[in-house]
Amino acid sequence: MAKTICKRLGLLVVTLLLVTFLAFLAFSILPGDPTHSILGLNATQEQIDTLRAQLGLDLPLWQRYFNWLAGLFTGNLGTSYNYDMPVGQLLAGRVGVTATLAGLAFVLIVVISIPLGILCARYEGGVVDRVLTVLNQITMSIPNFLLGFLLTFLFSLVLRWFVVGSFSAATAQGIGDWLGYLFFPALAIALPKAAMTVKMLRSSILGEMKEDYVRTAYSKGNSKGAVLWRYALRNAMIPVITFLAMTIADIVAGSIVVEQVFAVQGIGQMLVTSIGNRDYPVVQAIVAFIALIVVVCNFAADALYRVMDPRLRQR
Amino acid sequence: MLLNVEHLKITFHDRDSRFDAVEDFSLSMEEGEVVGIVGESGSGKSMTAHALMGLIPRSQADISGKALFQGSDLLAMSRAQLRQVQGKDLSIIFQEPMTSLNPTMKIGRQVEDALRVHTRLAAGERKARALEAMALAGLPEPEELYSCYPHELSGGMRQRVMIAAALVLRPRLLIADEPTTALDVTIQAQILDTLKDINGREGTAILFISHDLGVVRALCSRVVVMRRGLIVEEGPADQVFYHPREEYTRQLIAARPTRKKLRGGGGHG
Ligand SMILES: Nc1ncnc2c1ncn2[C@@H]1O[C@H](COP(=O)(O)OP(=O)(O)O)[C@@H](O)[C@H]1O
Ligand SMILES: [Mg+2]
Repeated sequence: MAKTICKRLGLLVVTLLLVTFLAFLAFSILPGDPTHSILGLNATQEQIDTLRAQLGLDLPLWQRYFNWLAGLFTGNLGTSYNYDMPVGQLLAGRVGVTATLAGLAFVLIVVISIPLGILCARYEGGVVDRVLTVLNQITMSIPNFLLGFLLTFLFSLVLRWFVVGSFSAATAQGIGDWLGYLFFPALAIALPKAAMTVKMLRSSILGEMKEDYVRTAYSKGNSKGAVLWRYALRNAMIPVITFLAMTIADIVAGSIVVEQVFAVQGIGQMLVTSIGNRDYPVVQAIVAFIALIVVVCNFAADALYRVMDPRLRQR
Repeated sequence: MLLNVEHLKITFHDRDSRFDAVEDFSLSMEEGEVVGIVGESGSGKSMTAHALMGLIPRSQADISGKALFQGSDLLAMSRAQLRQVQGKDLSIIFQEPMTSLNPTMKIGRQVEDALRVHTRLAAGERKARALEAMALAGLPEPEELYSCYPHELSGGMRQRVMIAAALVLRPRLLIADEPTTALDVTIQAQILDTLKDINGREGTAILFISHDLGVVRALCSRVVVMRRGLIVEEGPADQVFYHPREEYTRQLIAARPTRKKLRGGGGHG
């Protein structure tokens, strides 16, 4: 068990190193030079060279990467070219916003999909099941930026429940403000994933209900509801949990897009702006942060998987 | 009389086809009696057992006939009434010991399941009864097995767990559907001994199903021979085994795996 954990942790670190290095590589290959966006187009070659040396951009790729890594370990993420501010400080306020958005989206996915998935399976072929199957199909095929626009249109412009762009972490008054505004973007991220989860949980439960051990449970006098809750559900949840953990990566990716649509000032919006400005220290930090979240979530999913399925536990 | 089945008929229906898995099956059993059903694979033995146990969904098949168990008709009961009998007075163990237990539930909980459904016993009392049943089913060190998971046990042990779970409320009738078919020969013999022992000690009647007439003869006083959903022959076990009337029964006897054939690795269906 301890050995497995060590192995997984090792893998986790290697993955993070690989992802951040690939990000470095990508930006060195990409056309465009950060000095342009800082100095403007009229800068002389001399000015550009001085600045490149100042920023360390004249160093070879691997050296820049190691400098960045060294900085990471001392808690120094570099300075934003664009805002002339330590990256850590720049992102501090925004990480909380995106984390809240993603967390809220995840909670919504779970809260929406688990009961509905169970309901569909329990009353397979019933009205709820049939209506939801159609709804699922529709929801799954809408990309979340479009869903974002639809929700914005409906709740902001038609119903006037909230005003797009009215939110900033600095001025928000307490948790109510946060959740009130972030609810709709979170919903835009959550709905397609929730639809998938409903579909998956439903078929997973129905699959388990055909297993031999379920027949055994019936032979003891259990009702259908008891068989579903006490026997099938736990086994049916095992693949769903893996799926949910993997959706966290999608949620973070989805928030990059949805933050644009809803004008939420989170790291996703920052990432898009910074890529445009070739503000590499900021981009690097965000990429590393997202990679960390994804890798940690997968790690957690794997651990949970072992708790749920005794066959995977090593003694 | 404990069980009296008359003209049981099971017809599976798909959208466009109908299929009689069992056409006409009748059988009666006394308290404490051990009766065998033999027949080649596909002759309708399992479906007969499942129908008696109330395990065939009514959406899948039409079931007609009568099956009086302790005086009331199993086939005419509502689901709620049936649940009162299932696992309490009437129990079953299945052909597939490897998959019949819940992989994520501890052995102890699974043995106790019928107690949970049918009684209001406290946890400690349930455990005591479960351990008793596990000992009765011939499981060594029940206390230790209690908190194991199925994958930690061999096929033979899992079948004993199934037996313990089936017996925990001391049913009047145990249906054993080819309980040893998936297991190897030595384990098979031990489990048959255990069943015999249970019948002797607890007076539990056993409806023992097998494709192997020799096994049935060793355990049962009476045998019913089935073929394609019909009964072709029945009588005292020894008589059917030594003086079969039907050609089909003779073939069944001839097809038995003898020890010599097994050692030679000869195939057997
Ligand atoms: N769900 C089902 N739908 C249709 N036919 C079935 C179903 N289950 C079993 N059968 C058929 O019923 C017949 C009897 O099966 P079974 O009772 O399992 O035989 P066995 O004597 O080997 O236990 C077989 O021909 C089988 O194909
Ligand atoms: Mg069978």
